[in-house]
Amino acid sequence: MKPTRVEACCHWVEKRFPISKLWNDHMAQYYAPKNFNFWYFFGSLALLVLVNQFITGILLTMNYKPDAKLAFDSVEYIMRDVDWGWLVRYMHSTGASAFFIVVYLHMFRGLMYGSFKQPRELIWTFGMLIFLCLMAEAFMGYLLPWGQMSYWGAQVIISLFSAIPVIGDDLSLWIRGDYVISDATLNRFFAFHVIAVPLVLLMLVFLHIVALHEVGSNNPDGIEIKESKDPWGHPVDGIPFHPYYTVKDIVGVGVFMFFFATVIFYMPEMGGYFLEHANFIPADPLKTPEHIAPVWYFTPFYAILRAVPDKFAGVIAMGGAIVVLFLLPWLDRSPVKSIRYRGGMFKKALALFVISFLVLGYLGTQPATPGAVTAARIFTAIYFGFFLLMPIYTRWEKTKPVPKSLTHTPSLEECIPCIKATFEEMIVKQEVETADGRTSTQLRPNPAGIMAVLVRFAKNLKASLE
Amino acid sequence: MKKFMALILLLLPLSVFASASVGLQEADIDLSDKASLQRGAKTFVTYCLGCHSAKHMRYKRIAIDFGMEDADVLKEIAPVGAAIYDQMHSAMNGHDANKWFGTQPPDLSLIARSRGADWLYSYLKGFYVDKSKPLGVNNTVFEDVGMPNMLWQLQGLQTPVYKNTAEGETKVIEKLVLEEEGTMSPEEFDKTVNDLVNFLVYVGEPVQLEREQMGKYVLFFLLMFLVLAYLLKKEYWKDIH
Repeated sequence: MKPTRVEACCHWVEKRFPISKLWNDHMAQYYAPKNFNFWYFFGSLALLVLVNQFITGILLTMNYKPDAKLAFDSVEYIMRDVDWGWLVRYMHSTGASAFFIVVYLHMFRGLMYGSFKQPRELIWTFGMLIFLCLMAEAFMGYLLPWGQMSYWGAQVIISLFSAIPVIGDDLSLWIRGDYVISDATLNRFFAFHVIAVPLVLLMLVFLHIVALHEVGSNNPDGIEIKESKDPWGHPVDGIPFHPYYTVKDIVGVGVFMFFFATVIFYMPEMGGYFLEHANFIPADPLKTPEHIAPVWYFTPFYAILRAVPDKFAGVIAMGGAIVVLFLLPWLDRSPVKSIRYRGGMFKKALALFVISFLVLGYLGTQPATPGAVTAARIFTAIYFGFFLLMPIYTRWEKTKPVPKSLTHTPSLEECIPCIKATFEEMIVKQEVETADGRTSTQLRPNPAGIMAVLVRFAKNLKASLE
Repeated sequence: MKKFMALILLLLPLSVFASASVGLQEADIDLSDKASLQRGAKTFVTYCLGCHSAKHMRYKRIAIDFGMEDADVLKEIAPVGAAIYDQMHSAMNGHDANKWFGTQPPDLSLIARSRGADWLYSYLKGFYVDKSKPLGVNNTVFEDVGMPNMLWQLQGLQTPVYKNTAEGETKVIEKLVLEEEGTMSPEEFDKTVNDLVNFLVYVGEPVQLEREQMGKYVLFFLLMFLVLAYLLKKEYWKDIH
């Protein structure tokens, strides 16, 4: 009797809400290419971190006080007197950095495999809006602990608005709600950080996924799997997202959580990069710290800002560094999507771009010495060059023929014999007789072998760039 | 060009590490050494709490973390009149502080997290006699600091030896020498300062010892989870080629 009751209940819901249709469309019968590699973990990981930020964030608001007099102390109260408060706070602060790591890798994946190209321009655009929201969310959240870096970082960034001609001063005054960062600013940033921006973020994530499921996922080969279907109308190279990618993503979740927990339990400050040392001093409007640096995920853009001599032009350059990312789908004129079938020009350009992004990120954490500024200018030029010259070099370069169906990518297990062989090439085994007469095998590095492996690696790298 | 870039990338981080620790002496921090933490707490209450508070730290927390009875903490560590759930407040009020020092001495709850243990250790050992200053002392790591050397009776008085520099250049201190001995030998004093810094590191984040102990189990659990997740994935993906 009972099962039929349950069935009847399910039926009742089913008639009124398309629950199994939704499940099938987006999970059990959503066909994803079967050759996703390591780079495809970061989408689901971003979702995981988002959930982590929501849950820990809600728990933090239960004890946090958005008041300039109480904020700093309430954070320390959470760290010491609230049960498990320290864990929740570290999960939130580490989660913020993890979010950017995961999202930067996710975006890089898109760059590599051409996931932003036709017909996925809107997915990229929504994704970029998510990135923008994320930056706003992180920036406003960073003011809340009310430490010295919170305060002066916000002061520097908001004063950038005053560089805008005519309306600048009034605009920055309007944003702050005061002539300096103050209680009014803290309160409004709190409102934006916990309600407004998360709401927009959630809607954008929804749109990002809806758009993705409409056109289907790209893959490392950059082939549209929908173009070759079996007699039942399913893509030949596709597999249902559930259960195949759900179980696979759980492995990614396991690896991610391992690293995440390592940071939380053993290095929550991450040497001053995730939690800056100066932020353990309460905000003091009268004492400017000697060196103001934003948190690491903003530093590439901060370095671009400082690289330009004029303040307003710097603001434009910093904004432009993000705007060009939006334009990417229309800047790339290459007929192929994936880096696997692109010419050497794009590969070299992408490598230069990655280097310039990392170096700018490093320079942004350092004081602006003349040498650092010159370096930042060079790498800013490379950063913009990658995007603005793209219409030229992607049209010129010779691409390789794209196969009709997905190519086989060796999995980790299949690589083990090869890795073992390489390792054995690099060492020599020696039978050594120890003092008490037993023989033992000693492993020693083999210089000739290591050299050979390195030369081979360099040759392969060079060949792949041709 | 590529080689040059690789070189830059390799050298840049090194230059940061090189510049970060110039002139600081290394403190020996061991938060599992409960005896050292207790000695540090006593030194802190005797010599620091008069002016500096540690307002985020409760005596009760000390009792729990050091494995001491509440009564013992109140008798041996806390100043007279403090209750077990009290935070470590200073006896000096803001009005007096402003009158005597021109400012409110900073709260020391988080000083170890903002300055670092090595800085604190070097700072506390870095006072030297400088008659030109209002308090008669100066400091090698924090120039013109507005704090007297509270530990001078223990340490004795140090005077600087300057490097030989050309006329007109700013003087650079080479080392400090003990001119007048204190009640402690230099080794005893180093140990006392180290205990004090150890205590301040603990006060900066009382949970850190517990956190690191807990981490082992969490990571072990996640590793097991990872193994299971991997086996599950392998089972499901058997037939996909």
